Amino acid sequence: MAIPIKNSRNSYGLGSIALHWVMALTIIGLYPLGLYIETLDYYDPAYRTIPHWHKSIGLLLASLLIVRIFWRALTVQPAAIEQSRLLKVITHSVHMLLYVLLVIALISGYMISTADGRPIDVFNWFQVPALPAVVENQEDIAGEIHYISTTTLVSLAGLHALAALKHHFINKDQTLTRMLGMHQETRT
Amino acid sequence: MKLKSLVAGIALASTLATGAQAADYVIDTKGAHASINFRVSHLGYSWLEGRFNEFGGSFSYDAAKPAEAKINVDINPASIDSNHAERDKHLRSNEFLDVKNHPSASFESTAFMPNGDGTAVLKGNLTLRGVTKPVELAVTKIGEGDDPWGGYRAGFSATTEFQMKDFGITKNLGPASETVYMELHVEGIRQ
Repeated sequence: MAIPIKNSRNSYGLGSIALHWVMALTIIGLYPLGLYIETLDYYDPAYRTIPHWHKSIGLLLASLLIVRIFWRALTVQPAAIEQSRLLKVITHSVHMLLYVLLVIALISGYMISTADGRPIDVFNWFQVPALPAVVENQEDIAGEIHYISTTTLVSLAGLHALAALKHHFINKDQTLTRMLGMHQETRT
Repeated sequence: MKLKSLVAGIALASTLATGAQAADYVIDTKGAHASINFRVSHLGYSWLEGRFNEFGGSFSYDAAKPAEAKINVDINPASIDSNHAERDKHLRSNEFLDVKNHPSASFESTAFMPNGDGTAVLKGNLTLRGVTKPVELAVTKIGEGDDPWGGYRAGFSATTEFQMKDFGITKNLGPASETVYMELHVEGIRQ
């Protein structure tokens, strides 16, 4: 049975599933790439390519986030999995925090590279123009924020993944399967 | 005619009143008639130029007694500007200027030796990254005189060079890029 594009009250549709996993894999890939950039020497052969990829992928991720926020607003959200009231609140808070951290990470990353007014090249396909700098030595402050927000984001995503596994193996509910498109409601 | 000589008289009187000792000048950083620039070779193929945007200082200079000239300059190393945000971030890091641990830099002159042709050698101590080392600057006097706003100005330019490793910068950018060439332009407003 094909997975519908849109969400239902019980499960995620292909749109949400694809956005979730593409963005999850991108974020997990960008983080070590960012740490690697920190270690690169000026004359390292990768110095010209890795930061360029990191910025390009980051900006594409930002456009996906915009699509995702609209998608989330426009489609119905599957009902929260039944669990204690406290866990429901924590779960919802973590989900919201993941969004907030991602927004901060993307904006701060953009602000490092555009602090001098230069646009960012996205894979030499197009350029994203710079906005005027907000603070003095913006690249330093934005750099700190980028590091803290991305580290927190990836750590929280780890907790999010552990929680999904806990639901799958301990609670034996459809938390993980419905995000994998494996849980199909049987409508009669 | 009468008015002109009166004005001249007042001007002369005020000069006599204040001009007895070597004149003190404040470097005109407010009007940005001064700059501290540097260049470092990029790979040995070209020059990378940058500047320090924030600094201030004063000097004393009397054309009649040039050997008594003195200058003090304080520089904010965090204001380094090579017109590239990521590079500036790197230059402020502990691999280069380490501005977090060494938030100030300065130059204090110890001797001024005129060559008699409008140029001079200025000796002094440069403090950078917490290291103080003597440096010599080749100074050229550009000019001095009244400005259009009722003040009096004097200006100089100077060049010097030093090795990055002498100031504790261990990062080596390659044999062509170990030396920093400085070019300074100062215009002082007489106080």
